[in-house]
This record gives sequence, structure tokens and C-alpha cells, in this order.
Amino acid sequence: MHPWIGVGEADRRRILDELGLDSVDALFETVPAAVRTDRLDLPPAEDEGRLMASMRALSGRNTTAAAVPSFLGAGAYRHVQPSAVDAVLSRAEFFTSYTPYQPEISQGTLQAIFEFQTVIAGLAGLDVANASLYDGATALVEAALMSHRLLRAKRNTVVVAETVHPMYRRVLETYAGALGIAVVTVPPGEDGRTDPGRLAAAAGGDACCLVVQSPNFVGIVEDLPAVAEAAHGAGAMAVQVVAEAASLGILHGGGRFGFDIVCGEAQSLGLPLGFGGPHLGFFACREEHKRQMPGRLVGQTVDADGRRGFCLTLSTREQHIRRAKATSNICSNHGLMALAATVFMELLGGSGLRAMALGSHAAAEETKRRVLMLGDPWRLAYPIAPTFDEFLLVGPAPGEELARRAAEAGVFAGVPSRKWGGSWPDGLLVAATETTRAGEIRALVEVLGRIGR
Amino acid sequence: MKPRTLHDEPLIFERNPERGPRGTFRLPAGEVPPVDPRATLPAEQLREPLDLLPDLGELEVVQHFHRLSQMNFAVDEGLYPLGSCTMKYNPRVCERACRLEGFTEVHPLEPDGHVQGALELMWELERALVAITGMAAVTLQPAAGAHGELTGMLMIRKALAARGDARQAVIIPDSAHGTNPASATFAGYRALEIASGPDGTVDMAALDRMMDETVAGIMLTVPNTLGVFEHRIVEISRLVHERGGYVYLDGANLNAFVGRALPGLMGADALHINLHKTFSTPHGGGGPGAGPVAVSEALVPYLPVPRVVREGDAFRMVWEDERSIGPMRGFYANFLVLVRALAYIRGMGSDGLREMSEAAVLLANLVRRRLEGAYHLQYEAPTLHEVVFDDTFQKEHGVTNIDIAKRLLDHGFHPPTVSFPLIVHGALMIEPTESPSPEEVEAFCEAMLAIAREAAEDPERLRTAPHGTPVRRLDEVAAARSPVLRWRKE
Repeated sequence: MHPWIGVGEADRRRILDELGLDSVDALFETVPAAVRTDRLDLPPAEDEGRLMASMRALSGRNTTAAAVPSFLGAGAYRHVQPSAVDAVLSRAEFFTSYTPYQPEISQGTLQAIFEFQTVIAGLAGLDVANASLYDGATALVEAALMSHRLLRAKRNTVVVAETVHPMYRRVLETYAGALGIAVVTVPPGEDGRTDPGRLAAAAGGDACCLVVQSPNFVGIVEDLPAVAEAAHGAGAMAVQVVAEAASLGILHGGGRFGFDIVCGEAQSLGLPLGFGGPHLGFFACREEHKRQMPGRLVGQTVDADGRRGFCLTLSTREQHIRRAKATSNICSNHGLMALAATVFMELLGGSGLRAMALGSHAAAEETKRRVLMLGDPWRLAYPIAPTFDEFLLVGPAPGEELARRAAEAGVFAGVPSRKWGGSWPDGLLVAATETTRAGEIRALVEVLGRIGR
Repeated sequence: MKPRTLHDEPLIFERNPERGPRGTFRLPAGEVPPVDPRATLPAEQLREPLDLLPDLGELEVVQHFHRLSQMNFAVDEGLYPLGSCTMKYNPRVCERACRLEGFTEVHPLEPDGHVQGALELMWELERALVAITGMAAVTLQPAAGAHGELTGMLMIRKALAARGDARQAVIIPDSAHGTNPASATFAGYRALEIASGPDGTVDMAALDRMMDETVAGIMLTVPNTLGVFEHRIVEISRLVHERGGYVYLDGANLNAFVGRALPGLMGADALHINLHKTFSTPHGGGGPGAGPVAVSEALVPYLPVPRVVREGDAFRMVWEDERSIGPMRGFYANFLVLVRALAYIRGMGSDGLREMSEAAVLLANLVRRRLEGAYHLQYEAPTLHEVVFDDTFQKEHGVTNIDIAKRLLDHGFHPPTVSFPLIVHGALMIEPTESPSPEEVEAFCEAMLAIAREAAEDPERLRTAPHGTPVRRLDEVAAARSPVLRWRKE
């Protein structure tokens, strides 16, 4: 008998008696003999003490990004973690409930998501946002597929800037390949930015969307107004993907400049690094396209007494109703992560989100300045480009080697920029945030200085 | 749950708009000199100060979410017999384990040598899932069950392409979850619906007619959404394989037979496992889930990258493999969900996992025995972990399955899954799981029986239910007719 199972030995006998059965085996008679097993090749149960000790031992074999000076980013960022976020997430009313199909007993989850949708749409500069997707990579895929649905009668190509996170682009290729959608990649110009003219030229007449990431993979803020214009000039949807959502605290989301979809990764808004997941995909678009959106949506309505309430809505888009013709196959999304982001954003308030963005930007600018003081051979790959909280640093060796040597010296100096290939210089992507301490910057400079000699 | 009697909890945006900002969460300060963004960033892209959110003190925000939480039902509150969703107890030690700093504060792009614990954990969970399924290998990447379905179907697509075989369709029973046909579509296939036979399982004659050289394979849920084990599974797999197709098993209901049967023996080529069902990671009000996919030898070459490999005592992440379908998501997996699942598997042990499935099947059959007669059962085949009744008897009094579900709320229970599977009209799909005590399950049955009596005696009481919840029945039709999807300043 196990404490996580509600049925004891006596209960078992009583239930079997009521069912008129001798043994529980009788309940499994429909399972054919050929597929049966009578044992599992797994260790016996561990008590809580042993279990925690063994999990602690595993966790102890990881270096936390808090234990050493860390400048790792590239799609996952170390930002402040208010204690109240996890306290709210730890409430069983939130974490042990299901997708809010029964709105009368799910108003808490539903109202929180409604608040999430409101803030995300506002940050994106667009009309509506959904309840969440898995992560930034799959959010980009959903944006491309939605553009394709809207324009597929005529257009079958997704044009994507090479400076969109290479990991995201590879996921896009996984999905697009099966559907026969072409993906065309456009390298950046010499300043590290995507040239809107080259994007438009690559579009030809067959692009359903033009995708840029801003700030892009090498940290640079793209020329969003010009990209939107290029997309629309080519008759395509303009899609912005954001891998560092903290930037939206001081930078307008693309909706402001006419982007049709703004989507991406919101791990920066209250979620731990967690070795890559669960993170939080977000997705915002124009009102007129809402019936083509992927994923869950919460809407406002009234109850039988005329009082305001919330419920899941426009579900005829979704797989449980529309089946093979659904706008996405997504069912479970990242509801609890959306709740975390909502609590986080409400704890920081409008001014805190701005301050966090400014703090991250200032830390990265200071890091840049200090590292450049090392002089030759350290230089910026794109010296004049505007960056938010991450930049591409080139040094005396390829990025992989720099990262490895710095890590050996006790500093996570950055992510090798060519980890997934790319036409940019081979160096380190260095990220700093509002959590970066002056001492960490000193440690970085010292370690890089030693490597440079 | 508290009824909302005194005042509604306002939206955060509606709080004290006129009273001015309060001290919000304190950010680190003074570490670096401030920067004027007008000097460093494109001026036209800088936003003015954000007025999206009020600046509130910490207690105000915590109270806001505490009050919202009071309007939610949860597993910890009472029976949550949502069929097919498997709302079992979420052991607290798993929550504790996944919050260890050595898991939460680890960046996914640290050098492999610094994340040996994380890699070993993933490797061990893969081995455990191999043992539980009897399959050849596992990928942990998928973020949810539907994501796993797509991953599996893309591997099948790639395996067919490797032998130059471009098939166009996938057979899916009419009892399947909606994610199955949707995933087939997103894998580039046409979904061919196959009608269920009289006992609710696959009609072999129909399968024989449909399965030809244009069909990539079949997606099958075992046991199916009626809770009925597909007893001809070996024959089905043989037929599909003989005609060049692959067998995808939807493992949403794996919790019905852990330690009692092996998908590897059923002829499965791919099978996703919902860690948030069988292995008790929390549903979180709509995710995060995790949907690892176990595969047969035939599909191993096509597993998504990146993959964890073991070399002696060390572990390494491999990002490149030409035959792979490629990555399905950013980074590696919903790692913190994996931590919970491995903690659950270790905490249950081999005997506990087997006992889990037995208890789930016992309790589901207890429900079936108690409610038979009061509620109509369309399919009479023996069932495992769940049972699907319908509202045929209650419809005579003008009462629907929705009314029954809403009335259950007044009794303090979460309703069963309603109106699914689609092959049962007015379905009420009940899955108690192994977690609750028999008393809790019996009390639920008493409530269901009381409602069946009430349907005959006072149907209006049901049609206007619920009566004791934080809000009354919500107008979902109006919500969809003119959607309001965000708050706007008036």
C-alpha cells in the first residue's frame, strides 16, 4: 500500500466483493495475454528522505548560473525572481487544477489569464493575445502557420531573417518541411541588422510572411518600421518574434509599427531558467485575425445573474471541436507559466517593467564598455549597432574555445555565437541583465583579459 | 471555494487608478551607471512609460491572486473525476524536488560538464520510460501530449520518406481525442476516420478495407476513450505493418496498465506519454505538461535532436544528426516537469506503479457498478480506468449532461468530462484515478444518484444549476458571439 494511492488492502477486498470478483486480475482480462507483463524493471520505492537526498545529489552536479558570474543568454535570461511569484504558483487552487473547462469553478484561473492576455497584447502593441503557447520557438512556428493559413491560396513561402534565433528557425524547418512550406533565410547586412529590402526581394510574390526577431539573435534592435513596410509591400504578413521579453519594457512591440503578429518567449517575465523549460510562449495579433489564432483564449461574459465572469471562448478554432481542421493541435499549453508571468508583471507594475528593461540595458552597455577597454583583440562584431541587453563579442579564439576557457576559470562568459552555425562572426554572445552585479562584470573582464594575453 | 458574495475581485487594471503609484518590487540598483536609452537605442522604437499596469504594493498583488485562487476548484479540494485528463494527487515531495536551485537556476547553454546532473536525470528518466513501455528509446522533448503526437507522426513521415514512400493519410478512430486528427494534419496527413465497432473498439473489417498503400498508419488510443482495451491490438498492428504502415499509440491512458502490459509488445512504433497524467505532474490550470515519445527500433534513427548520450560515466548533449526530424522546440524539454516525473517514479517504485493502475481500475469499476441503472451506458464492454455514461435517461425529463455537470458543482465535486468522446451523445466520462479514498468516490456516486432522482423530480433545479458557486452559469454563447478578449480603459 502506497500513501499516494487512496485504496488500502481492506478497501481492495471490499470493492472486489462488491464487483463479485476474486482478484484484480479479472479486471484486466480484456488485455490480451501476448502483451501482458507482470513486473517492471525499476527500483523499489524510495521514502521521502532518500528520494530528496538522491534528487539533491543530482541537482548538486549542476553549476547554477547564480553560483558563478554568468553572462549566458541566447533565449534564456537570468532576471529577478520575486518570492511572491512561486508562492502564488504553489497554491493548490492554481497548480492542481485543470484547463478551465468549467468556468463556474475556475474564475481564478480565467481572470488571471484575461489579465495576462491584456498585458501581453499591450506590450505587443496589438489587439489580442492568446492564453500561452509552449515556448518562443513553437510560437514562431504557430505565427508562420497562421500566416500560411491566411494566405495559402496564393503563397507558400516563409521568409525569415537569419538573425532569428537559429534554434527557432530549426524548429520552424521541422514543422514546415512536413507541410511542404518553403523556408527562405536572409542573412543580415554588415551592421548586423536585417536589410528590409533584401527581405522583400527574397519574398518575391510567394511569401506568406516575413519574420524578424528583435532584439535579434546577436542582440541588435531591428529596424521594425522598415520591416513592416517591406512585408506589406510584398503582400505578406509581418511577424516579429521576441526572445528577450524584458526588452518590451522600453521598446515598443511591433504592433506599433504595423506588425500583424508579435510572438515569442516570455521566460524573462518571472520564470526560472530551469535548464530550458518549461518556459512561456506568447502570441498576439490583430482583432481581424483572431479566429485564425492558435491556442486557448479567455473572453469576458456574464453569468445568469448578469454579473461579469470569464470563460474559454472561440473554441471552434480548437482541436477538441474542429479536429483535423483546427488552427493548431495544441491542447495543454503553459497555463501555470502564464500565471507566473502575470503575477510577476503585476508585482513589478508598469514602472517596474520599465526599470527592469532599463537596468538590463544599462548593465549590458556597461559590460560592453568594460570589455572593450581590454582593447585588441577584443572587439564588437557590430560596433555601431544598437543592442538591448546582449551583444556579440569577438576575441582571440573561436566562441566555443572562449566559452570553455572562461568556464574553466569560473565565469560563464557567454554563448558561442556559432553554436548552431550562422553567417555572423564566431565569438561570444554576452548577455547582462538587471541582476548583473558590478563584481560579475569585473570577474568577466579579468578572465577575458587573461585569455586575451 | 468562496461564493463571490460581498464584492467581485476587480481586474488589476481597475485598482485605485487615481491614487498614484505605490512601491513595487525592488530591483537591484547601483551596480552600474544608468544609461539614457535615447542615446543608445532607436528613438522611434522607444516607448513612453508603461501605463498598462498600476504600481501596487506586494500585499495588494498577493491578495489579488489569493482571492482569485479562492474561486478555483482543485484536486486538493475534492474529487476531480475528469475523464481522460487523469486528475490525480500531485505529491508534494515532487514539487519540492523540482524547486531545488540546482535545477531551477541552471542555464540551458552551460557547457555540458557543468550540467551533468541535469543530463543524468534526463537519461535516467528515458531509461525508466523505456522500462515502463517496453519500447526501444524515448525522446523527452515534447511539451505536451499533442506535441508528442506530432513528434511521433513526423518520425513516421520521415521513416516513410527514407524508403521513398509518400503516403497521404492516417487512420484514426471516431472515438479519438481531437488532438489526433489535428496532429495528423500538422504532420501533413489527411485524417481518415474509422467508425468504432459495436463494442467500441476498432472494426477489423473496416480497417482491412481502409489500410492500403496510401495510408501511413493508424493512431490508436489504448485503452480507448471509452476505457475499453483494444483487445485485437496485436492483430491490428500486424495488419498495419504488413501493409507498410506504422502504428502510433496515444498513451493518454497509459495509467490504466502500467506494470500490466507493454506497448512494446503491442506492436507500437511510437507512443506518447503524458507525464502530467500517468506520472502525476500537475496540470497547472492548463499546463505545463510534458509528452515524451517512446519509439520502436524502426523509428530510433529519426528521434528529434538534441539528444542526451552517455559516454562512460559522462553525459553529453548531441545537437546534430542527419537522419533526425530536427528539433521540436527550443532547448531540450520541459525539464522541471521531468524532475517531478522522475521523483514520482522513484517515490512509487516498481510495485507502487503497478498498484497505481490496479487501484485506478478498481475505483473506476466501483463507479460503474454504483451508477449503472441510474445512468445509461452505451457500450457494455468491460472498462479499465474510466467509464462513459450518457444522459439518455435524464433527457426524458429535459435534463442534459451539461445540467448534470453543473449540478455536481453544488455538491462540491468537479464534473466528469462532458460531451466526449463524440461517439457517445451526451457523454459523461468519469475517471476517479487511484488517488481518492473509496469514501470520496462513494460520496461522488451518491451525489450522481441524487442528481438522477432530482432530474425526475425537479428538473428545473438542474437546468438552472449551479446555485452555490462563485458565479452562476456563464453565457458562453455570448462570449463567442462578440468576443471581449482583453480589458480596455473606458
